Amino acid sequence: MALDDRKTDFKFVGTRPDRPDGLDKVTGRAKFGADMYAPGMLHGAILRSPHAHARIVKIDTSKAEALKDVKAVVTRADFSDEVEFKPGLEGEFWNVLENVMAGEKALYDGHAVAAVAATSALAARDALKLIEVEYEVLPHVTDVDKAMEPDAPVIREGAADYSVPEGMHPNVVRYHESGHGDVEAGFAEADLVIEDHFDTEATHQGYIEPHACLAMLGNDGKGELWCCTQGHWIVQKTCAALLGIETSQLRVTASEIGGGFGGKTTVFIEPVALALSRKANRPVKLVMSRSEVFRATGPTASASMDVKIGMKKDGTITAAQGVFRLQGGAFPGAPGDFTAMCAFAPYNLTNVRQVGYDVMTNRPKQAAYRAPGAPMGAFAVESVIDELCNQLGLDPIDVRLKNAAREGTKASYGPRYPRIGLVETLEAAKAHPHYSAPLKPGQGRGISCGFWFNHGGETSVSLALSEDGSAQVMVGTPDIGGSRASMALMAAEVLGIPYENIRVTVADTATLGYNDVSHGSRVTYASGLATIKAAQNAVEKLCERAAAKWGIPVDAVKWENGCAVPSGPNAGDFDPLPIAEITADMGRTGGPISGHFEATPEGAGVSFGTHIVDAEVDRETGKTTITRYTVIQDAGKAIHPTYVEGQFQGGAAQGIGWALNEEYIYGEDGRLQNAVFLDYRIPVASDLPMIDTVIVEVPNPGHPFGVRGVGETGIVPPLAAIANAVSNAAGVRMRQLPMSPPRVLAALKGDG
Amino acid sequence: MSKIHVTTTVNGDEVDFLCDPRETLLDCLRDRLNLTGAKEGCGTGDCGACSVTLDGRLVCSCLVLGVEAEGKEIGTVEGIADGDVLHPLQKKFIEYAALQCGVCTPGILVAAKALLEKNPDPTEEEVRYWLAGNLCRCTGYDKIIRAVMDTAAELREAV
Ligand code: FES
Ligand code: FES
Repeated sequence: MALDDRKTDFKFVGTRPDRPDGLDKVTGRAKFGADMYAPGMLHGAILRSPHAHARIVKIDTSKAEALKDVKAVVTRADFSDEVEFKPGLEGEFWNVLENVMAGEKALYDGHAVAAVAATSALAARDALKLIEVEYEVLPHVTDVDKAMEPDAPVIREGAADYSVPEGMHPNVVRYHESGHGDVEAGFAEADLVIEDHFDTEATHQGYIEPHACLAMLGNDGKGELWCCTQGHWIVQKTCAALLGIETSQLRVTASEIGGGFGGKTTVFIEPVALALSRKANRPVKLVMSRSEVFRATGPTASASMDVKIGMKKDGTITAAQGVFRLQGGAFPGAPGDFTAMCAFAPYNLTNVRQVGYDVMTNRPKQAAYRAPGAPMGAFAVESVIDELCNQLGLDPIDVRLKNAAREGTKASYGPRYPRIGLVETLEAAKAHPHYSAPLKPGQGRGISCGFWFNHGGETSVSLALSEDGSAQVMVGTPDIGGSRASMALMAAEVLGIPYENIRVTVADTATLGYNDVSHGSRVTYASGLATIKAAQNAVEKLCERAAAKWGIPVDAVKWENGCAVPSGPNAGDFDPLPIAEITADMGRTGGPISGHFEATPEGAGVSFGTHIVDAEVDRETGKTTITRYTVIQDAGKAIHPTYVEGQFQGGAAQGIGWALNEEYIYGEDGRLQNAVFLDYRIPVASDLPMIDTVIVEVPNPGHPFGVRGVGETGIVPPLAAIANAVSNAAGVRMRQLPMSPPRVLAALKGDG
Repeated sequence: MSKIHVTTTVNGDEVDFLCDPRETLLDCLRDRLNLTGAKEGCGTGDCGACSVTLDGRLVCSCLVLGVEAEGKEIGTVEGIADGDVLHPLQKKFIEYAALQCGVCTPGILVAAKALLEKNPDPTEEEVRYWLAGNLCRCTGYDKIIRAVMDTAAELREAV
C-alpha cells in the first residue's frame, strides 16, 4: 500500500472503548477450554514417561481396558501411520505426532506414551496406574553444550537437515549463518573489543489456563473439536493429518483462550482426545494438569552464546559477531536462526556475522514464546554493549543512538529497512524523566533495545451488514488480549458507524476461510488489515446501491460518516444516504451486502523497543528488586492504546520473571525438578512495580492505518536491561540467567 | 467409590449434589453445579484462579474437598454482580482493561472483593500482597492494581 493513501486522521481508532467481551469476562460466563461439556462425555487422561530417554519395549493396557469405567485406551498405534519422517522441519507433522504420542522411544520426562478415556476424571486417572510399560532406559542429555559434544547420546539419527555442515554431532539439526562485511577487519579498527559467554535457561510461557479440549470423532471420519488455541485452522490441519482424516471433515471451534504467548500455536492433547473419542465413539474431554503443562508443553529454548563486539572510543561499533546455540528439546525447531537474525538487528553495522544452531536434547519440544529466540540474543549483545559503554565511559543511550538502524539501513540479517522507529524510542527514552532520575545507593540502571520482525500470515475476514445497518465481523484469529475491540474500532473507522454497532466473532473453521494462528504479533496488523479491506469492500457495494438509486455513476458517490454522499458538486444534489437506509432495502436492491478479504499480507513492519530499568540488589541475600520500569516501544499506530500498554506491561513482566526467577531445573536423572507454580515461580503482584509505558507511533508503511504488531517486541529488551541494571548495581557482570539470589550472591563473592 | 450427598449454599441459592469424597470443591462447582466461573490453573493452591469464599473466608477451592461444603455458604464470581448491576470492581476491571485473556479475572475479582470488605482503604502494597496468591501472566498486574485502588476510592466516597 502506498504511503499517500494511508489514513492519518481518525474518529474511532486511538480511542479506548470498553472491550466487547468485557461483561462475559468479569462475570465468569466466558467459556474457556475446560468450560465445555457434552452429553455422554468421557474424561481422558494421559500416561507419561518418567524417563528422560528410554526405549519402549512393551505397553500392556489389558488391565486398564478390563475396568468397567474405561471406554477406550490408545497408544501410538491408534494414530495415522502415513505421516512421514523427514529431516529438520520438513516433516513437522511427524515431529508433532511423535511429540503427541511416543513411538519407539520416550524422549523426555513427561513424554506421552498412552491415554485412557473413562466415565469420570478420577476413574481415568485410576486407570492410568494399571497400564504397564516396560522401558529400557537409555543415556540422556539435557544441556545444550553437552548435547553437541562428540560422545553425547544421539536423540534421533537423520533429523539434521541440509543446512548443517559436515562433521557436526547428529543432535545439531539446523544451522544458520548470515551477515555482511569483514568482521576481522572491523575488530582491528576497534579501540576496545569485548568477547563474552552468556547462558539462559529454558522458561515456560506460563499461561494460567492449562491446555484443554472437548473432542468428538466418529468412524465416518467426521469430527468436532473445541479447544483453547491460538489458531484453530492449524489445529484442524494437524489433527486431520495425525488421525488420517480429511481436513474439511473436522470442525474446530476456538474457545476463549486463557493466555498462550506462543505456547498454544501447536497441538498436544487435541489429537489424543480425538483418537480416544473415535475409539469410544463418545465425546472426550481432556484437560492437562499444571505439571503436565510444565513437563510436556512449551517451554522456550535454552541458550549458550558467545558474542564479540568492537567499538571505537567515540562509541562507533566497528564489528559484531555472535554464535548462538539453542536447545529445543527432542525435536528440531529451536529458533537459533531467529536468535542470530535478531541479535544485532537494532544496529547499523558495516561488519557483522551471526551463527545459530538448533540442537536437540532430552527435553520437551520447545514452543514459540513471544518473539521466539530474540530475547536471548538481545541479552548477550546488549550486555556486551553495556560493558563497552562502561569501560569507555560512554552514555548507553548515546551509543545506541549513534549506531541505531534507520530507514535505509541494511539490516544485520539482510534486507534494507523501510521506515522504522528505533531512533524515536531511544530519543523518547533519553527525554524520559526516568532516565535522569537519581539512583539510591545499591541501585543500578539498565538500558536495552530490542527488535522483532512481526508477521503477516494467511488471513481471511468476512463482514456482513444487517438490515438495521449494524455489522458483524467474522475473524479467524482467537482474541488473546482484546483484539475484538481493535477489530471493531477499525471496522467502525471505515464504515463510519458507532463501535457499539459492530459485533466481532471469532469464527470456527467451518464458517470462514483459512487463518494462520494468532502469533508473530500479527493479529492487529493482519486481521486488522483484512477487516479494513473487508469493510472497504462492503462500502464499495453500499456506494453502488446509492449510485443506482440516484441514477448516477458509482464513481460519483463517496462514503462519509456512515452515509453515501455525492462525491462533488457536479455529481448531483442528493441528501446523504445513511447506511441503515441502504441496508433496509438491500433485499430488493440486489441482495445481502457483505465484504470479504482473503490474502497473505506481507507488510507487517518490524518493531523496536527500548526499556529502562532500575534494580536494587540486596548484598546479603542476593535478592533483586525491580524498583522502576519504563517500556518505550513503536506501535506504528495504536488502535486501542490501553491494550497496547497492556501488551507492553505483560511483556516486561514476563521478561522480569525470565531474568530473575524462572528456569527449568533438571536433575541428574533428566527429570524436571520444578513442575509446579510453587517451584517455578512466575512474578506475583508483590514482586513488581507499576510498569510505565510510552507508545511511540512511527507509522508502518505496510498497513492502511500504520499499525505494527506490538505483542512480542516487549519481551526482547527486559533480559538485557535487567541484567545491565543488576550488573551496574552489583558491580559485577551477570552472564547467566536467571539472576536468582544464589547466583547473584555467588557473583558478588567473585565465584560466579 | 460410593458417592456422598452434599447440601450447601452457593451465591445465596441452596443446592445439593452427589460427589466422590476425593473430588475438590472446584470440581464440584464446575462439574456438578455447572458453575464454570472458577478456573483450575494449577490444582495446588498456587495460582488463585479457583478463588471462592467459604463462609466469607477467601479460599482456593482446589484445596477444599467438595464434601467440606456441607452446610456452608459459598461465594463465586457468578455471585458478585447484583442481578444485572455489576459490582464496582467488575466495572472498573472493564474500564481499566485490567484483563487481557481474562482467565485469572474470576479469581482476582473474588479475592479483591474479599480484600475491600476487610480493608476499604488499602495501600498499593497491601493490594499487591493480598493479590500475591492470584497469578496473572498477561497484564503485569499494573492495571489490576489500579482498578482495585480506584474501586476502593469510589466505594469510600459512596459511603
Ligand atoms: S487452581 Fe486452585 S490455586 Fe490454582
Ligand atoms: S489476564 Fe490473562 S492471566 Fe490475567
